[in-house]
Order: sequence, then structure tokens, then C-alpha cells
Amino acid sequence: MNMASAIEVKDLQFSYEEQEQGQHIVFDGLSVRIGQGEFVAVLGHNGCGKSTLAKQFNAILLPGGGSVTVYGMDTQDESLLLKIRQHVGMVFQNPDNQIVSNIVEEDVAFAPENLGVESAEIRERVDRALRTVGMYDYRTHAPQLLSGGQKQRIAIAGVIAMRPKCIVLDEPTAMLDPQGRREVLDTVEKLNREEHITVILITHHMDEAARAGRVIAMSEGKIIADGTPKEVFRQAELLRRVGLAVPQTEELMLLLRANGIDVPADTLTVQECAQALRDAMRRLDPNDPEEKTIDAHHRDPESDACLQPADAV
Amino acid sequence: MLKDVTLGQFFPGNTPIHRLDPRTKLLFVVAYITALFLAKWFVSYGVVLAFLLTVIALSRISPKVIARSVKPLLFIILLTAFLNLFYTPGEPILQVWIFRVSKEGIVSAVLMMLRITMLVVGTFMLTYTTSPIALTDGLESLLSPLKRLHFPVHELSMMMCIALRFIPTLIEETDKIMAAQKARGADFESGNLIRRAKALIPILVPLFITAFRRADELATAMEARCYHGGDGRTKMNVLRFHRCDGAAAVVGMALLTAVIVLRRFGL
Repeated sequence: MNMASAIEVKDLQFSYEEQEQGQHIVFDGLSVRIGQGEFVAVLGHNGCGKSTLAKQFNAILLPGGGSVTVYGMDTQDESLLLKIRQHVGMVFQNPDNQIVSNIVEEDVAFAPENLGVESAEIRERVDRALRTVGMYDYRTHAPQLLSGGQKQRIAIAGVIAMRPKCIVLDEPTAMLDPQGRREVLDTVEKLNREEHITVILITHHMDEAARAGRVIAMSEGKIIADGTPKEVFRQAELLRRVGLAVPQTEELMLLLRANGIDVPADTLTVQECAQALRDAMRRLDPNDPEEKTIDAHHRDPESDACLQPADAV
Repeated sequence: MLKDVTLGQFFPGNTPIHRLDPRTKLLFVVAYITALFLAKWFVSYGVVLAFLLTVIALSRISPKVIARSVKPLLFIILLTAFLNLFYTPGEPILQVWIFRVSKEGIVSAVLMMLRITMLVVGTFMLTYTTSPIALTDGLESLLSPLKRLHFPVHELSMMMCIALRFIPTLIEETDKIMAAQKARGADFESGNLIRRAKALIPILVPLFITAFRRADELATAMEARCYHGGDGRTKMNVLRFHRCDGAAAVVGMALLTAVIVLRRFGL
């Protein structure tokens, strides 16, 4: 990767003060670099420090040692605080707890209002942001009447109205139904592809991570795997040891391989997986004249729910 | 059950009343209330009432909605009327046991009922036709001279805005907690007053805890969106006075003057 870097974390030290047990060390020398325009998924089970890391990216938490540099700005420089937060927007887990106003467009306008943008320009930004997330028709609605996925898209619009270069999403789909999850992920992908915004998606859903360009797997404050989704999910044994399950397509392939059937080890999408199964079956029974087809495009409404790894519940 | 609350509800619309600047409407309500308290006799009440009915007609708020808003206050209105009826000294025209009804009593009871009803309906017209955001913006703008005295005007309006935003959320939360407690056998409907009040504790405790957690998360989310107090903050919708605001100001002044003049003549 030789892109300009968006976020650079160098030898990060961080610990929470706890009343009884003293200090709880979260990071002890963590380093990572994220390039401009990347779509990175940060994976890890609860308590591995992924949310704490996310809060370091826009100076909500500050390093106890080492440094976090965001677009060339040190997060510990207090005079740059607003600029850092304007560059790196953040979307949180619970959509209800990040919506400030009881009119959708007023909420989206909140961040540019804070930044002191002119009224006409705010109007333009708000309309554009709402169109980008596909919520323009709901601009005068009350947020509490919208679905979870819609609320989360409003929250995303509220962040992109700041014109950030990078968006950090901290488990944005954890409280949503399958439909809402798809809406949010499609929106995030679109932002990355069309607006070239760097996306950092914190998640514990493997299937969401599989959609990213790069996956960083974390456990106990350390990065244990970093690479393309295929590279990371191939290390199933390592992931399983730290309590992470590989996506179900990958799991199936690995089981088949373990039982002596020759299938590739890096299929991530349902389509790829189906293709691999079809090839394997043809190889096993080349005399069967009947073409066995697996309809990879067929998706019943429940299929996405079924694709969730067991640990997601 | 808790969803039936109509207090502070806003009915969106595009009538001249809806389009008025919230500051005009706020000042107008102040003038209206003053007029109502200065009104002395039926003539003045008639003027104020005619004015109120015009506003209701212009705003196209259905009379049913207005009737519904007065209903919860019916008890207070009747009680006031009752007290006025029996405790106003004057020439008695009817006596039942220790209750004495005077002519003055009847008059003052009727006027009191009119006054309270008109007061309630008038202020409800403000919240019915003005979005809460516009209302807090208007209030912030009207109070802004107090900033010089270091009065936290922006903070106050931000707090009001967030409170209004979270009312429906917390009501929903309360319903959910009540359902959860009922499922575990909690009983909110029987027993005397003290028992029922005690039964509310298992609702209030989780409600407070979640409210604090929400507040904490909201504060973080607001900071992440560059909130840093009222300094250097701009607004998407800037409040502007239009021609109809001028007209409304003239009408408001006329109303107040008319009532003061009528008062002079004891009408």
C-alpha cells in the first residue's frame, strides 16, 4: 500500500483507571497504519479493545503513550481538536443515542452548525448528505418514527455533512435487523466507492468484514491478523483460538477440505462458494450427465439471518 | 397508555399562523395572556375570544383536537368555577344549606371558566402551530440579550431541544420496562396509593439508569460531531421577520390596547 496515510498509530499505550483493580491495560504498544480511501474492517469479540481504538481515531480518547496521527495532525494537540473531529467522523452503535434533534434535517445540520458553516451552505450539505444515504424524502420526519436502519442512515448523513475524509463506524449494525444491516452496509460501501471516503468499520460480524478491502483482527489489545479478507479468513485456526468464527462459506470450505475434498480455501461470497461446490461435484462425478446447478442468486428473506455466525447472537 | 400524551404536540401545516416567526408568536402569546388578565367584563372577553377563534380558524387545527387538550384540565376549571360560585360575596339569590350563591358569584364563575379555558387553548395554539425546534430557536433569540449578563441562553435552549427530542424515546422505554416488570409479576393496578407508589420504584430505577447511559452516549456523539458550546455556532434556518409578522405585531398591539381601553370603561 503506497497511498497517503489517513491514520497512523505508533506504539499506542492506553489503560483505563479502575477503582478496585487499579489499571486495566488495553493497549501496550499497538501500531497500525490506515491509508486514504481504504475500507478497513476491524474484527474482534467484546472487550478486545476495538471500540477503544476507534475512539482514539478522533480524539475522544487520548493516547497514554505513543501517538495517533490523523491526516498529519497529532490527536494530543488540543488546538487541532475540532479539525481532527471534522476529518474523522464517527457513527455509534445505538442510533437513538446520537440523534440530537426531533426533525431529521435539523439533526443532519447539527455538525455543520457547530462548525460555523454559513446557512446556505449548510442547507446544500444537508440535502446532499440526505440524498447520498437515500433519506431525502424523510427530511422533515421525526426520527423516532423511522426504522433502525433508517435512523442509522440519518446518523451517517449527520456525519458526512461535516465533509469528513474518514468515517469510523463503531458496530453500526449491532442493534439492527437484517434489512437494516443491509441498508447501512450498502450505504457505507457506496461512500467508500463513490465519495472515496476512508471507512473503518468496527464489527463482530464476519460477513460484514468480508465486504471490506482489508480486515484487521484484534484480540486483547493486539492485532493478530491484518490483510485482505481472504488472507485473514484462511487462518481459521488462529481466529477460532481467539473466539472468532470464520464466515460460514469459509467454514464449509474448510470442513470439506479437512474431509479430503479438493475445494479452494478462500471463497467469501455465496456466489464464489456455490461455484466452487459445483466445480467440486463435477470433478467427483464426471459421468453424471445431468448438470447440477446451485442457484447462487436465489435468496430467501431469511438467508441473511442464517448467514450470521453463531457468536453474533 | 403513555402514548396518548398530547402536551406540547406539534401539528405541521402551512397556514399563515404556522408561517409566523416563532419570536412573533411567543411575544404574541405574552400579549394575549396579558390581555386576558386585564379583561374585566364580558365585552373585553368577547374581543379576546373573537381573536382566539380567528387564530384557530386560520391555523386549521380541528376543534376536536382543541377539545381533547382541554379535557384533562376540566377538573381544575370546574373546581375554580365552583369556588368562585360559592365564595364570592354579594347579594344572595339562592341558598341551599350552608351554600350561598350570589349574582356576583355566577358572573365571576363564568368569567373564570372562560379565562382559564382561553388561557390553555391560547398557549396550546402556540405549541400546536410551532415546531419545538422553532420554539427553542425563538426563545434563544429572544433571550439573547441576557447573554451579556452571562446567562447561559444557548445551553438552556440546547437542553430544551434535547429534552423534547427524548420525551418520546423515554416514554417508549417506560412502556417497555413496565411490560418487562409485569411479565415478572409486578402489579401496578391494585392496592392503596402507597402500595402503588412503591410499585413504581422498579420502573423508575431502570429508567433513570438507562437515561443516564443515554445521556453519556449522546454527549460523546455530540462531541464527535464537533459540538463545543454556542460560540461560533451557525444555524441552518435563520429566523427572519416577514410582512405577516409585522401585521401580527399590529394585531397584537391592537388587542392589548383595546382591552386596556375597555377596562377603563369597566367593560
